[in-house]
Amino acid sequence: MSSRRIFAKPARFAAIAPYVWMVLFFLVPFGFVLKISLSQTAIAQPPYEPVFDLTAGWDALKAAFAALSVDNFKLLVSDDIYVFAYVRSLTVALTATALLLLIGYPIAYGMARLPQRWQAVAMVLVIVPFWTSFLIRIYAWINILQHDGLLNQVLLALHLVSQPVVWLSTDTAMYIGIVYSYLPFMILPLYATLAKMEPVLEEAAADLGAPPWRVFWLVTFPLSLPGVGAGVLLCFIPIVGEFVIPDLLAGSNALMIGQTLWLEFFTNKDWPVASAAAIVLLVVLLVPLLLYERLQKRQLEQGR
Amino acid sequence: MAEELPGTNVAAETAGGDACPAAGRPLLRIEGVAKTFGTFRAVDGVSLDIKAGEFFALLGPSGCGKTTLLRMLAGLEAPDEGRILLGGKDIAQALPHERPINMMFQNYALFPHLSVRDNIAFGLKRAGMPRADIATRVAEMVALVKLEGLEKRKPDQLSGGQRQRVALARALARRPQLLLLDEPLAALDKKLRENTQAELMELQRRLGMTFIIVTHDQEEAMTMASRIGVMKSGRLAQVASPRELYEAPRSRWIAEFVGDVNLFDGESKLRDGRRLVIGTPDAGALVVAEPREAVGTGKLAVAIRPEKVKLSRRGPVSEAGRETAINALDGVIADICYLGGTTTYKVKLDTGGMLQASVANSARLDVDAYSLNQQVVAWFTPDDCVVLQS
Repeated sequence: MSSRRIFAKPARFAAIAPYVWMVLFFLVPFGFVLKISLSQTAIAQPPYEPVFDLTAGWDALKAAFAALSVDNFKLLVSDDIYVFAYVRSLTVALTATALLLLIGYPIAYGMARLPQRWQAVAMVLVIVPFWTSFLIRIYAWINILQHDGLLNQVLLALHLVSQPVVWLSTDTAMYIGIVYSYLPFMILPLYATLAKMEPVLEEAAADLGAPPWRVFWLVTFPLSLPGVGAGVLLCFIPIVGEFVIPDLLAGSNALMIGQTLWLEFFTNKDWPVASAAAIVLLVVLLVPLLLYERLQKRQLEQGR
Repeated sequence: MAEELPGTNVAAETAGGDACPAAGRPLLRIEGVAKTFGTFRAVDGVSLDIKAGEFFALLGPSGCGKTTLLRMLAGLEAPDEGRILLGGKDIAQALPHERPINMMFQNYALFPHLSVRDNIAFGLKRAGMPRADIATRVAEMVALVKLEGLEKRKPDQLSGGQRQRVALARALARRPQLLLLDEPLAALDKKLRENTQAELMELQRRLGMTFIIVTHDQEEAMTMASRIGVMKSGRLAQVASPRELYEAPRSRWIAEFVGDVNLFDGESKLRDGRRLVIGTPDAGALVVAEPREAVGTGKLAVAIRPEKVKLSRRGPVSEAGRETAINALDGVIADICYLGGTTTYKVKLDTGGMLQASVANSARLDVDAYSLNQQVVAWFTPDDCVVLQS
C-alpha cells in the first residue's frame, strides 16, 4: 500500500513530464527535419518538395512518400566540402577540448583547494562573464585581437614584436574565442568533483610513499574522472556544432559544419541539404553521448 | 591468543632489520616542537622520547594539539620550531613520502577507486618492490588482518570493521619503523572497539613494532598503551604509565580528565611526621600522606578516587572501621547510580561537601546496598589521597 502512495497523481505527472517535453520539443521537430532532409529543393514556399498535404487525399500522400529519397545524404558523403567540414569540426572540437582540459583542470583544482570562503568568490568570478551577452564578449575579443587592438598595442609597447601581428581571422583567434567561452563549462564540473574529494586521500597517498606528481596521477586524477568526462562532453558536443565563434574570429577558407549548415540554409536556400547535414551531425554526436552514458552506468554499478 | 597466524615472521624481520636502533637510544626523539596556525598555537613546545617497541598513547581533549603533533610526525605538517629525530636523524622537514613512518588515518582514508588488494599494495609499489614480493606481502597482510576472500572488493563494499582492517594492513604493509594511529577505533561500535583494542595490542606485541596512537578516549589509552602522554593546550601535561597517571596525577586537571575523582580544595595546616593535615571547607580536616614532590604551603587540593572511598553504616558496628581509618566523614546517601558491576553513591557530607563512592557489587543480592537518605560513614586512608597544587 505504502509503496503505491509514492506514485500518487502529482508524482506520476512529474515522472511523465520530461517525456512529454522530449516528444513535443525534440522528437516532433526532429521528425520535421528528417522529412525535409529526404525531400528535394524547389523554388517554392516552402522551398522543398514533396509537401505532405493531408487534405489532398490518400493517393497524393502515397505519391509524396514515394518522392522521398536519400540523395541529400549521398551528396554529403560524395562532396569533399561536407566531409571536410565534418572533419574540421571534429578536429577543432578535439583540440579545443584538450586545451580546455589543460587550462581548466589546474584552475578547478586551485579553486577546490582554496579556503571555503574564497571558493565562493572564485565561483562567482567564473560565472560572472555569463551576465554579459555571449555575442558582446566575442565582439570584445575582436576589439582586442584586431590590427590596432589591445593585444598588439601591449606587445608593441613591451617591444616583443616590431610590427602588429595578424590575430583576427586566424585559427589562433578562433581557439582563443572557443577556450574563453567554454572555460566555465569545463571548470564547473571539474570543480564539483574535486571539491567533493577528501584531501586526506592525497595525504594517505603521500604517507604511503608517493611523491606529489604520483599522488596526482594515482589518486587525484582517477577520482576526478567523472568530472573530466562531464567537462569534456559539455565542451566537445557544442563546439562541434559551433557557428558564431569560427564565423567571427576564424578565416573563411576552412569552414566548420555549423557554418556550412548556415550557408546551405540561408545563402543557398537549400533546406533539404542543410537538414541532412544537421541529422548527420546529430548522429556523429550520438557516439560520444552514448559512450558517456555507458561510462556513467558502469561507475554507478561499481558503486562510484 | 595462542593461535599462530602467518605474518609472525614479520616480527622477526622487523626486529632484525634497521628498524631496531642502537640499544638505549630512543627510536623517536621530539625536541621542543611547536606549530602555530595563524595566531593559534596548536603545539607549544613538546619534547618526548619514544623507545622502540613501545605502544604510546597521546591522550587529550579535542583541540589539545595531539593530532597536529601526530601529523608532524607523519610529515603532513611542518613544525615551526624544534627537531624530530628518528633513529638519530632529523626528519622534521622531510616530506611524508620520504619518511619510514606510516599512518592509519581517522576514517581510514582508503582509496575508493582501488580494491582491497591494490589499497594494501599501494605503498609497496611506491617502494619499488618486485611484483612477486608484493603479491606475497599483500597475501601476508590480508591473512594478518583476517580479510581472506575480500581482496577484490572495493572499500565501499566492506563493513566498517573490515575497512578498519584494510587501513591497518595498508599502513603495516611497508613495515614502517613507526606506525601512527589517529583515533583508529573511533568509528567502530563499542563491542567491536573492545575486540579490536585487544587485537591491536596483540599485533603490536607480536610484530614488535612501535605504535603511537592518538585518542580522546582515556579508557582506550589506558587499556592499550604502555605509556600515555596527556596533552593540554598544545603541551604535554604528564607522561606516565597508565597506573601512574591514574594513581598519581600531576595536576588537578589531569586528575579530573583521567577517570572520576573527588576533589577538595583547602590549605595545609600542620605536618605530623610523614603525614600532612589539610583543612578543607567542604570535608573538614583531612589527613593525607606526604606527597613525593614537595608542595607549597599555599592552596592545595586533595584528590580521592571514588573506588578508594569505603562506606559503612553509622552506629556501633562501624566504630571499628572508624578507628582504622583516620579520614572518616559522616553523611547521608544523596544519590545512587547503579552501573552493574559497581554502584556509585553520592554522599552529602555533614560538613557540606559532596563525596562520590564507587562500591563493587560483589554479592548478587542487595543485602549490602545502601538506600537513599541512609546515614553512612565514608572513609579512606591517607595513602589513598593525592595532594595537588590547586
